Amino acid sequence: MGSTTYKRPVPAVRKIEPSQTGIWVAICAIAMTFAALTSALVVRQGASLDWQAFVLPRILYLNTAILLASSFTLEISRKRLDAAGVVAGDAAKSFYDATRYWLYVTLALGLIFLLGQILAWRILAGQGLFLATNPSSSFFYVLTALHGLHVVGGIAGLLYASVRVSRAAAAAKSRALSAAAVYWHFMDILWVYLLFIIAVRM
Amino acid sequence: MEQGSAQPAAHHHAPPQGFIRNYVFSLDHKVIGLQYYGLALVAVVTGMVLSWFMRIHLAWGAAAIPLLDKLSPNGAPGGVITPEYYLSLMTMHGTIMVFFVLTNAPFAGFGNYFLPIQIGAEDMAFPRFNMMSFWTTLVAFLVLIAAFFVADGPPLSGWTAYAPLSAVGKDSGPGEGLGQSLWGISIALFCIGQLLGSLNFIATTLDLRTKGMTLARMPLSTWAWFITACIGLLAFAVLFPACILLILDRIAGTSFFVPAGLVVSDKLQPHSGGSPLLWQHLFWFFGHPEVYIAILPAMGIISHILPTFTRKPLLGGMRVLTACMIAIGFLSYMVWGHHMFLSGMNPFSALLFSVPTLFITIPATIATLVWLSSIYGANIRFTTPALFCLGFISVFISGGISGFFLAQPSIDTYLHATYFVVAHFHFVMGVAAIFAIFAGTYFWGPKMWGRMMNETLGKWHFWLTFIGVYGIFMPMHYLGLAGNVRRYSAFTDDFLVPLIPVHKFITYSALITGAAQLIFLYNLIWSRFKGPKAADNPWEATSLEWDTTSPPPFDNFGGRHLTVYHGPYEYNVEGSQGDYVMQTSSEAAVEKS
Repeated sequence: MGSTTYKRPVPAVRKIEPSQTGIWVAICAIAMTFAALTSALVVRQGASLDWQAFVLPRILYLNTAILLASSFTLEISRKRLDAAGVVAGDAAKSFYDATRYWLYVTLALGLIFLLGQILAWRILAGQGLFLATNPSSSFFYVLTALHGLHVVGGIAGLLYASVRVSRAAAAAKSRALSAAAVYWHFMDILWVYLLFIIAVRM
Repeated sequence: MEQGSAQPAAHHHAPPQGFIRNYVFSLDHKVIGLQYYGLALVAVVTGMVLSWFMRIHLAWGAAAIPLLDKLSPNGAPGGVITPEYYLSLMTMHGTIMVFFVLTNAPFAGFGNYFLPIQIGAEDMAFPRFNMMSFWTTLVAFLVLIAAFFVADGPPLSGWTAYAPLSAVGKDSGPGEGLGQSLWGISIALFCIGQLLGSLNFIATTLDLRTKGMTLARMPLSTWAWFITACIGLLAFAVLFPACILLILDRIAGTSFFVPAGLVVSDKLQPHSGGSPLLWQHLFWFFGHPEVYIAILPAMGIISHILPTFTRKPLLGGMRVLTACMIAIGFLSYMVWGHHMFLSGMNPFSALLFSVPTLFITIPATIATLVWLSSIYGANIRFTTPALFCLGFISVFISGGISGFFLAQPSIDTYLHATYFVVAHFHFVMGVAAIFAIFAGTYFWGPKMWGRMMNETLGKWHFWLTFIGVYGIFMPMHYLGLAGNVRRYSAFTDDFLVPLIPVHKFITYSALITGAAQLIFLYNLIWSRFKGPKAADNPWEATSLEWDTTSPPPFDNFGGRHLTVYHGPYEYNVEGSQGDYVMQTSSEAAVEKS
């Protein structure tokens, strides 16, 4: 074997957007957290006979509808931003305004969802179901509280994205909005899953 | 596939100004890596001092340790450690060492510093999250240390914090009040810090590699950090809710882990229906991947350093060791029940855990054989980092072999919770992983501080430590086989009294080995300020960190965007000029694939 004289070819390294990777990795971690809580719930329910099912406050279903609606409005917002990216000059401005408008609607719906969750807690408290009353209520409060805290994080992310819409380059804007949107939809899907588990198990 | 141009920039900020931005709230991964390393250094000294207290008490039960009665008048009246305080010391020793040393230094410390450099990036993908992760970890450490100074002292339930002992509150012992709650908060914070860190490592490795740096060309240390981050992401995501549930059981009266009708210290506990086994499952589902989080970066660091000093690539190339590490990472999630063989589980499930545990020894053994066979026929340069690599292989084998025994439920029935287990995990974690940290320090120190460390002091440090750790932990296998139960603070049973001389020998070894670490500390501090200046590539190594100045400039490569032409271990390649080919060298040497 002797040395060759060609210059070694440089293989391409695929370019992936860090904010997208980051948000999906975060979603994996959050999903794992709720998976752990799900298995804790299943084990605890089977561990002893003191599990008492209770009637879910009906407002939870309304909250679910509100959260699903917020995902729709978020997608409308993203479509407006994509449109703004392809339209020239002044016409783009109205699309940026529409983006921000629908983002604010999403944020408002998210806040209403959180308020609705707090109302659900008040309804349960009115029935005498608190954190330590029964393992079923314990898990209800823990799951909804943790989900709610993550929704607060999602609201912060959407706020950050809406601020970025007001500034310069379209590419930078849509990165923040894309990441926030993926996270928000995950919050949606996670809530539907949690509602299912709660409804089936409690 | 598109021809990528220069890698996407992680950030476009100018060099930081001012002391606070440069050294305190820094966004620079290099500074953050050193901050983690410094935290680990403080933690390891703390943990080691705690172990000395324990060892002195085990050898001389009535010994009065000066100043300890000032720290804890209840726990050590007159300086003599009570049984409860012994358990507290043991708990804090384990918690500090496993979390704040072994998860910090090889992964967050060296990983933060060198992962971006080894892949040719300017910084991590999310510098602000990186800074947050360090400060969260630091706050977690301070919260934990605060447990020493609260009225009732630190918790005594072990680093494993088994319920119901850890869940019922202060009825179960001194330190189980505020101390245990502080433990729970500290570990929950630590989880968040680690999750943010893992997020960064994964995104950086996948997205910020420079031109030509394919995954197959990443050094093994980078692979190890990446795989560890993947494992850590899922593991810490399970420990976090477990800690939340534990804290709720303690302060909110819930009953996740505390069963009904429990009477502790003559008091009926107001809980009902919880499952202590649930805590064990949740904890060990995290806990087993955690120990691989401790050892995988160590394996990666050793695999990275060894070829530099054997001047040959590793046998089997990158693929074998990478596959081994991935296999270990994957299998680590299937074996957690081997910590619970004696918990009352169905014996059939013990089989389900025992088989993957034995499987996991296969990639670990293959890795060991790769290292050993890579040394065969090599003209080794016996520098201090090389010695620690060889020492690592030795202690990894010693610790790994005892794992074979513990993996089998029939044998573990006898050996569980004896000193045999203590010997096993100390060899693999407390010695092997620490050796990798030492190897990394001596190897990368010149790059990080721009100054060579003293070789003579380094060799003294190695030999004293190497002989010392065998003196400490080898006899523990014998103790375990003789039936010496762990976590006991005194040996009053007839069959244990004859073992006390062995404990004395271990204590002497521990104190001498501990004193030998002063050589390392002195070397570290002295060479930081007075050591001879280091060249860019003092070890004649090939990976990207050696293609920049010592220490690297703020953006790692001084504005250059490197192109990578070779794999990372091109030593003694036929047809090349000199005995190594740097990854960034455009010299077209023949690459054996």
